[in-house]
Amino acid sequence: MALSPLNQRRWRNFKSNKRAYWSLILFAALFGLSLFAEVLANDRPLLVEYRGEWRMPFLKFYSEADYGGDFKTEANYKAPEVQCLIISGGMVDCFDKPDEVLSAIHEGVYGDGLEGVKLGSIWWPPIPYSYNTINDLGGQAAPSAPDAQHWLGTDDTSRDVLARVIYGFRLSVAFALIVTVLTSVLGIAAGAVQGYFGGKVDLIFQRLLEIWGGTPDLYVIIIVFSVWQRSFWILIFLMIAFGWTRLIGIVRAEFLRARNFEYVRAAKALGVPDLVIIVRHVLPNAMVATLTMLPFVVSGAIGSLAALDYLGFGLPASLPSLGQLSRQAQQNLQMPSLAFTAFFTFAIMLSLLVFIFEGVRDAFDPRKTFQ
Amino acid sequence: MNAVLEVSGLNIGFRQDGQDFSAVRGVSFTVNKGETVALVGESGSGKSVTALSTVGLLPDSAKVSGSVKYLGQEMVGASQAQLRQVRGNDISFIFQEPMTSLNPLHTIERQLAESLGLHQGLSGTAARARSLELLNKVGIREAESRLTAYPHQLSGGQRQRVMIAMALANGPELLVADEPTTALDVTIQAQILALLADLKQTEGLSLLFITHDLGIVRRIADRVCVMQGGEIVEQGLTAEIFANPQHPYTQKLLAAEPQGRPDPVAADAAVVVEVDKLRVWFPIQKGFMRKIVGHVKAVNEASLSVRAGETLGIVGESGSGKTTLALAILRLIDSTGRIAVLGHDIQGLQTKAMRAHRRDMQIVFQDPFGSLSPRMTAAEIIAEGLGVHGLEPGRNRAEMVSEIMAEVGLNPAMAARYPHEFSGGQRQRIAIARAMILRPKLVVLDEPTSALDMTVQVQIVDLLRDLQRKWGLAYVFISHDLRVIRALAHKVMVMKNGDVVEAGLGADVFANPKTDYTRALMAAAFGDNFRP
Repeated sequence: MALSPLNQRRWRNFKSNKRAYWSLILFAALFGLSLFAEVLANDRPLLVEYRGEWRMPFLKFYSEADYGGDFKTEANYKAPEVQCLIISGGMVDCFDKPDEVLSAIHEGVYGDGLEGVKLGSIWWPPIPYSYNTINDLGGQAAPSAPDAQHWLGTDDTSRDVLARVIYGFRLSVAFALIVTVLTSVLGIAAGAVQGYFGGKVDLIFQRLLEIWGGTPDLYVIIIVFSVWQRSFWILIFLMIAFGWTRLIGIVRAEFLRARNFEYVRAAKALGVPDLVIIVRHVLPNAMVATLTMLPFVVSGAIGSLAALDYLGFGLPASLPSLGQLSRQAQQNLQMPSLAFTAFFTFAIMLSLLVFIFEGVRDAFDPRKTFQ
Repeated sequence: MNAVLEVSGLNIGFRQDGQDFSAVRGVSFTVNKGETVALVGESGSGKSVTALSTVGLLPDSAKVSGSVKYLGQEMVGASQAQLRQVRGNDISFIFQEPMTSLNPLHTIERQLAESLGLHQGLSGTAARARSLELLNKVGIREAESRLTAYPHQLSGGQRQRVMIAMALANGPELLVADEPTTALDVTIQAQILALLADLKQTEGLSLLFITHDLGIVRRIADRVCVMQGGEIVEQGLTAEIFANPQHPYTQKLLAAEPQGRPDPVAADAAVVVEVDKLRVWFPIQKGFMRKIVGHVKAVNEASLSVRAGETLGIVGESGSGKTTLALAILRLIDSTGRIAVLGHDIQGLQTKAMRAHRRDMQIVFQDPFGSLSPRMTAAEIIAEGLGVHGLEPGRNRAEMVSEIMAEVGLNPAMAARYPHEFSGGQRQRIAIARAMILRPKLVVLDEPTSALDMTVQVQIVDLLRDLQRKWGLAYVFISHDLRVIRALAHKVMVMKNGDVVEAGLGADVFANPKTDYTRALMAAAFGDNFRP
């Protein structure tokens, strides 16, 4: 799709703002990476070679029986028995003394029963823990400090913090984007209708919004979650229900201004239907003002999610949430790595977003000149 | 030597997106004490930029070189402190738009006192006395009661007087007036010009006057500098330049006046639009129960009829209800009274039923910048009506768009461009093409020429006359410019405060105006040349 000259100019302006441009690249890279969190951090191997057959356990279910074991439940790839079964191709000895078998195979001295069987292999992701893996810390108390196994330490249920940050970052950004897109669509549509038609529509709508705006959202969230179980999608629904009014004011104001523009009048004189006028003539004008508001909606969504999680009214405890990390940091002051991790994750994420949107806003400002 | 302002070899450039753009090149002129110098030129010729550069009011993206001397003191490259000393104190500005030059939240007294306090340290009763004196000087009646007024409580002319009073507050040597009368009605324009001429005498001011209107230059200026494309192409004494212009551009500017008279209308021409006792009244509601206590009569009992090939000119000052009447005829605002187009009564029709009639009646607006959607290409804008009313049978959209573009004098190859890539005159042609592509019978033209430069105005008037001749169009032509009306209109209607004060054949009204109001309008518009 070719960009219009106006948008080309805006893209040039955006690129000439180095801080915003590099923030965008960095953020896109981080978010892009986090989209593949399952490949980066997982307690199942990416690839397993078992008797010459390649399997991808991080995508597909394999029971221990599939590797020559006894149980029909999913194979626990962390267990030495399972690792031994995979590498040796299903040796019975693995049930009794897996470590000895493994080291013997490693040294090439284990012979009996291996003739004709191809040795297997296991390929782990860079971080061999998922966000919900409960790790054996070998006697250390959870939360534990950063070490070679857990680069950012573990949290109070001995889950790897780095894995939780990667998944949590993805969850926060995805949450913010979904909430932003849906609230914007609703808010712009409602603002457009009020501003364009004005009069009684506007009057009634505004009064309803005032009543709606007076509803205490935190109480509603607490009540809803005491009736239903906490879930990602219910939280998104609630955030939209209380957030969609944010853009109405500004879009409505833009429409009130633009509905008397001469090209809108000209379109009316041509007999163009109202919906077409709204979409084709007025909306593009309202978009610039809307765009300047979007950063607040995005960072607001991330902030509210973090706050709710911190208070314990947000996402279910099983999900990797950054707000929950802050809460743990507060409860475990003896382990400052938790607090530092939470702080830097939020600081970097929100700063990048602010820099990007600052660049976008300036690029859309027709009065701002770039040397 | 008594030069107040000496500009020599002034160059101004702007830098944007890595490209340099030169706005003013090698401009030199002087303003002597007690003299009025006019900078004349069309929009984009660099006259405002030149004036703003004298006290360093240009944005940071501007690069200024050359020399500007105020009483021998170099202003280019002077420090902010030096510039502030001169600004408002020695050199004062009056801008075009008196509505936006005044702060709407402060009273007149407060705004005057601010300037007095800043530069002269006056406050309290001393400032009040000086403010009163200034308001009296610029001819504001009942100045005492006006001190506590807010800008919106004043008329356009009064606001411009207040602006002049503020400019005079610190006894400046030089007054720079940037199109000070362009936004005002003709009768008010005349008063403001008289006031400026008067003040120049009594205060011994020098005046740098920026305008595109040669009529004003002739009335007020001692010397003229004609600017074109960032350069001064000709300068000299006003009388000499008007009598004997040397540069071809000056000659073209002076010759640019709508010429000719309307073609006679065929006796059997069909009536295209007929309006009877049209009223647009806005109710004034008061109290808790919203009781209607009166009406703002925007248009009161207007009746008119226009035949095919005929032009009805509607004249009047701002607020007289001309545009409201036009919008009501097109059913873009609610009204009462009969409106018949081609014999069909369209008053009260629903939106859907109305859409069928929209094809026959179109409108062209004043502002070619505001009437085109900035995010659509010329072709999309022109073809918009086709999307609603359908193509002519057996033809495609691109073909019809190129045909109409050629007809209004645009190169069809430019169809894919966006409005900002066109000049003002070209944009107005696009607006005309948008209306004409539906082959309407009635076109309402709402000040179609007043935002354009004089030379472009003439071309648009010629274009409109050609189109009328070719397609037998009925025009309702709204303008405050009586010269354009005289060149185009068969019938003239004069409006004042919503009432039709005079109506009749164009020739009759111009030759023999019946009401004082019409006479005042004509005197202001044609000035000394006007012979009733």
